[in-house]
Amino acid sequence: MTPAAGPADRAAPVVEMYGITVERSGVLVLDDVDLTLRPGEVHALMGENGAGKSTLIGALTGTVPIRSGDVLVDGEPRTPESVARSRAEGIATVFQESRLSPHLTVAENVMIGHEVRRWYGIDWARTREHASAALATLGLEDVDPRAPLEALSPATKQLVAVARAIVLEPRVLVLDEPTSSLDEAEAARLLGVVRRLRDQGVAVLFVSHFLEQVFEVSDRMTVLRGGRVVGEFRTAEVERAELISKMIGEDIDALQALRSQRLAHHYAGSGEATLRATSVGRRGTLEPTDVDLSRGEVVGFAGLRGSGRTELGRLMSGVERPDSGELWLDGVRVQLRTPGAALRHRIAMSSENLREDGIVAGLTARENIVLALQALRGWSRPLSRGEQDAVVDTYLDALRLSPDDLDRPAGELSGGTQQKVLLARLLATRPHVLILDEPTRGIDIGAKLDIQRRVAALAGDGVAVVFISSQLEEVVRLADRIVVLKDREKIGELSNGPGVTVDTIVEMIAAELDELDDEGS
Amino acid sequence: MPTSPTPAAAGHAHGESGGLGAVARHHLFWPVLALVALLAVNTAVRPGFLSVSILDDHLFGSPIDILRNCAPLMLVALGMSLVIATRGIDLSVGAVVAISGAVALTFIAGAPDPASPTTVFLAIGMALVLGLVLGVWNGFLVSVLGIQPIIATLILMTAGRGVAMLITEGQITTVTSAPFKTLGAGYWLGLPVATLVAFGVFGLVALLVRRTALGMLVESVGINPSASRLAGVRARTIVWTVFALSGLFSGLAGLILSSNVMAADANNAGLFIELDAILAVVIGGTSLAGGKFSLSGTFVGVLIIATLSLTVTNVGISPLVTPLFKALVVAAVTLLQSPVMRRKLAERTRRRGRTAPVVPSDKPADVSTDKVVA
Repeated sequence: MTPAAGPADRAAPVVEMYGITVERSGVLVLDDVDLTLRPGEVHALMGENGAGKSTLIGALTGTVPIRSGDVLVDGEPRTPESVARSRAEGIATVFQESRLSPHLTVAENVMIGHEVRRWYGIDWARTREHASAALATLGLEDVDPRAPLEALSPATKQLVAVARAIVLEPRVLVLDEPTSSLDEAEAARLLGVVRRLRDQGVAVLFVSHFLEQVFEVSDRMTVLRGGRVVGEFRTAEVERAELISKMIGEDIDALQALRSQRLAHHYAGSGEATLRATSVGRRGTLEPTDVDLSRGEVVGFAGLRGSGRTELGRLMSGVERPDSGELWLDGVRVQLRTPGAALRHRIAMSSENLREDGIVAGLTARENIVLALQALRGWSRPLSRGEQDAVVDTYLDALRLSPDDLDRPAGELSGGTQQKVLLARLLATRPHVLILDEPTRGIDIGAKLDIQRRVAALAGDGVAVVFISSQLEEVVRLADRIVVLKDREKIGELSNGPGVTVDTIVEMIAAELDELDDEGS
Repeated sequence: MPTSPTPAAAGHAHGESGGLGAVARHHLFWPVLALVALLAVNTAVRPGFLSVSILDDHLFGSPIDILRNCAPLMLVALGMSLVIATRGIDLSVGAVVAISGAVALTFIAGAPDPASPTTVFLAIGMALVLGLVLGVWNGFLVSVLGIQPIIATLILMTAGRGVAMLITEGQITTVTSAPFKTLGAGYWLGLPVATLVAFGVFGLVALLVRRTALGMLVESVGINPSASRLAGVRARTIVWTVFALSGLFSGLAGLILSSNVMAADANNAGLFIELDAILAVVIGGTSLAGGKFSLSGTFVGVLIIATLSLTVTNVGISPLVTPLFKALVVAAVTLLQSPVMRRKLAERTRRRGRTAPVVPSDKPADVSTDKVVA
């Protein structure tokens, strides 16, 4: 590792980490990692899932025990013990929105542990004022600090999590994937806050899978791979293409190849629908919608969050029950009362909430993979070890899973691996219709590529695939046909081709938006 | 000939993970050690404690008493383990025990010939079906209506004894029926019938759970119900099933209890057995948060609690401090189970070199271990 020297190095580092080594169940998760955070600098931590980014943050904030190595704050050695201790030392972490307390109010979530105290106890009025002030810096003036957190959208919740971290005016701010649930405007606002804090002299550690954001906001970056530092660079001096090729070079080519391959094999549409939804809807969730899915075809559901793209997938797979419309499977009307019933009809769906609705954290990866197949066979006909191995082996190579991970609890695996395990679980039931909701969210580029390749291959094998993603590039890359949704309604369908780009979809949605704005004001 | 249930329990334990090197880290290490220590204390006080003799054509001695007395709790704790594994809890087991005993004995008392096998079989059948129905009722409240298990089963817990009271018309019904008495007080091949029944059922269910996929599906539902549903697991059916089983096993436990005393006491039959059962499950290492469960752990837990009750009388502890004594032992075992405590202990032993791990009760431990394992 060669830390680049430059003018900003003059400022004394706030945090120095040397030779950090972390071991988890006999495996080195971090191996001799150095990291230096300076005031007034945004330091991006980059790497694939499982590279050790989250572990390094945990080592800094005291949630992960360090086997060897030193952490220096203001040049003084110290042992990170707990998040509370780190916060007292001015190191604040922005948690994922899912780690806030849904039943507390917004103000309580922001100010928890730092309420304004008087001789008579907590001064709630002042506490709420402080919370509102913090929220206002994030552009959330209109959020009622008395509202329960669960009433907010995921994006607003994420900003509340940021407010909780900055309310302390930390010297070091750690942001772990802060923008993964934000749309573009919200992300831009958050990046603005990050920049302002940096200008005030805060040292920021920034982790994101969005390369554009990293380049936009960071001054310096450390790249991790497999628990080791690949390099530290000054963002301004890094050739973007060079860095990307360093991290993921072959993958970029592969993604481009995938796009051309998908275009070349463009599905012509036989007119025979495998799964046909006619006027399927549910009050308050989705207006009655018509969609056809055909074998060998990838259909993208595109739209903003809350557009109904997820809901349509759930209504077509028994996860939620429609209160209007009909589902026809190969010309026969079906009623899918449960996801289990859908699976018996060979319709499988993966939820966008990997941890809540996807992985069973306490079971091993192997058990997770065979779970759906076992549920289909019923409890009285267990899969023998040999049958399990056969199932697991099929997807080990196809999804580039590591055999070492198989007997570890799925909750300990990286997000990308969990997503692959979930996909393997569904594939093991040999679905005819496969609905994937955000299968690539929050996972590294390597895993993304593996999953997208798999999706393309599945369509080649005659599976009807639905690909739901907020990453429109991915939808455009993979889909033969794109169903565009907006405000709980299908607003159109595009046949994908060389002329279709992300902008085509954005314009469709934006056009609708303008109309709505006219109506609304 | 000294016999003890410990080797059997230990055999159970190693069946699951196998590795001999990791004995101390095995989830049954501390519970089994606690049981051994308890037996050791008893042997120290009364050297003949572990001896078993033959009297009236059947085995006789304290170990046999423990095995017989633990039968009802064994059954109740078996159901409780499964319920707890699905994130539930069943507080109504004591009430079901009371109702089941009341139904069986009232029926036998009212029958023209209390000693006829037909009467007894009918009585047993009725009580078991009723136990199952009550379990199904609990399962319905929890899995279909979505009522929290602690509330749902609280309903039957409070109402159940009233129902039992109605059945017995407020009397403590005493009956004489030799065939029925066999279930709780009889012997077969020298062993208590109650023990054979309870251990038989326990073994069958343990086999069923691990030889089929039921165990994995139960754990899956307990760890993440919503993800399990999306994976096609019939979470509702599984939750319903475990509550029904809990009712059925409690019904059987009620039969054994009432047959042992041949009296249906609506107020006191199976009183606080739900707490003992939960304790046995927890001592056995199954988390109340649901998910991973260990039936072998529950097995050892039940033996510990049964041994504890006998220890109190054997050691001659004053009834005044009995609850305190029980509490201390349970606290010790529970503390030893806690991951934080284990880590601290492991650090201490490592620092000291290779000294023996800390045992809840001190000196007699080494003395008796040889005897017991021999």
